[in-house]
Amino acid sequence: MIDFLNAVIVLANFVIIPAMAYGAQLALGAMGVTLVFAILRFTNIAHGDTMAFGTMVVIFGTWGLQGLGVSIAPLPTALLALPLGIAVTALLLLGTDRVVYRFYRAQKVNPVMLLIVSVGVMFVMNGLVRFIIGVDSQRFDDGARFVVSVRQFREMTGLDEGLALRSTQAITLVTAVIVVAALFWFLNRTRTGKSMRAYADNEDLALLSGIDPERVVRITWLLVAGLATIAGTLYGLDKSFDAFTYFQLLLPVFAAAIVGGLGHPVGAIAGGFVVAFSEVGVTYAFKRVVTYLVPEGWEPAGLLQILGTDYKFAVSFAILVVVLIFRPNGLYGGRTA
Amino acid sequence: MTAPFLDARGMTGGYGAADILHDLTITVARGEIAVIVGPNGAGKSTAMKAVFGMLPLRAGTVTLDGRDITGLTPQDRVAAGMGFVPQVRNIFPTMTVQENLEMGGFLRRDDIADTIAQVYDLFPILKDKRHQHAGELSGGQRQQVAVGRALMTHPRLLMLDEPTAGVSPIVMDELFDRIIEVARTGISILMVEQNARQALEIADTGYVLVQGRNRYTDTGAALLADPEVRRSFLGG
Repeated sequence: MIDFLNAVIVLANFVIIPAMAYGAQLALGAMGVTLVFAILRFTNIAHGDTMAFGTMVVIFGTWGLQGLGVSIAPLPTALLALPLGIAVTALLLLGTDRVVYRFYRAQKVNPVMLLIVSVGVMFVMNGLVRFIIGVDSQRFDDGARFVVSVRQFREMTGLDEGLALRSTQAITLVTAVIVVAALFWFLNRTRTGKSMRAYADNEDLALLSGIDPERVVRITWLLVAGLATIAGTLYGLDKSFDAFTYFQLLLPVFAAAIVGGLGHPVGAIAGGFVVAFSEVGVTYAFKRVVTYLVPEGWEPAGLLQILGTDYKFAVSFAILVVVLIFRPNGLYGGRTA
Repeated sequence: MTAPFLDARGMTGGYGAADILHDLTITVARGEIAVIVGPNGAGKSTAMKAVFGMLPLRAGTVTLDGRDITGLTPQDRVAAGMGFVPQVRNIFPTMTVQENLEMGGFLRRDDIADTIAQVYDLFPILKDKRHQHAGELSGGQRQQVAVGRALMTHPRLLMLDEPTAGVSPIVMDELFDRIIEVARTGISILMVEQNARQALEIADTGYVLVQGRNRYTDTGAALLADPEVRRSFLGG
């Protein structure tokens, strides 16, 4: 029985809790991608770098606040800098829309063309972030490190294995729940949110009903700025910030959005967790878990690891390919990617 | 005779170099049902689009209740008192019936609850299904949602582009009954119909179009009685 508990604790510590936090971060990122796809009708390749830009602004805000001696310990100062990050990112996105996307929207170009345009935007944002903050890794989490540390847990329970809940993981989950609830409330309960769904559903009829498309587009970019900055900041607090990682995050974020069905916010959440659990599960060495569960002497000789962690991006890519082959509309039947 | 409520006179125009409509005139009197019929490719739907401002006109004027609206965009025409139900893609499929109606009344700043209640009185089935996604309803129910959505702005002229396309004959009869009820509330109706015979039966005025031109214009009953119209357009 104790062995079983130990196995569960090891699994929770190394797979379940990290994957939950990672899944929540991916879900928030994927919701931004899905919103752009549903309303602006293109696949936004620049989303990873939007997350990086937002996080960068939050980091500067954090440093500024730390310099002023402002602190909300035990919570990380970065949370206080979030509004600044969202506001600056919103300005960047609205400016990009004004200068770049609006031009193509007016010509009603093919979505593929907008995708290529967003690749260009990605390069510009990517360069901007590297130019301003540099390519080095930045850690900006302060405040308490753990809600429960391994040692505290062992002392509390008397088990051999410890369970750590880092404060960034707890903050990620709580923030994600609040953000998702607020977003769904906005989309389902408010007049503006409903008009955005109407526009996503049937553009021509929305126009006939007197819904202003440019206003819908502006609000979409505001929401995307919020989601991208929050997702990026939570990821940066949990791991660390460096521009290249955020560019790479694009793949799991897209996999999450497509698994759930592009254009479907609930699907983006489900997709985020599917991708996160697959990635963590496939790259985790299950030797210790199994050792607790099997009788003595049966311990596996190998690590029981399906793929090395270096290959974690292969997992998202494989999921993406499988979903596109067998269920191109995603789990929740969004639009065809 | 007083001036008609909708007076679209001498409409000539098309999408490209070639005109689709040639000196076409469509009028609807207040509270009347006018029906446009004709063979495929006669320009029926195009005529409707021209009245609604979705087709560039080279010549002709459109007046609504004496006001010249020729230069207005479709959205401004909605504000001026027109309601339009397109033939396809005329609902918001992933939104509930109730939300579809709310979106129909998006332009209105006053309380729309009364109007929603009126639409539910007119289409009782929609009240039962008000929390269901419109895309999950049957063809006839979707058409009711589409008409209900257009009624939300309190239009004085309701334009329906083939409202009975793809619905069963029983549902078609029911839809026509509802359309008559709408007309009784004082709303003028302009309708394009594929089911010419049934549509002319409820029409005060019928327009038979051929190749973008007025061919016959008369009361619905007179057109139904006209042997030449019957032979050429109603299948005997």
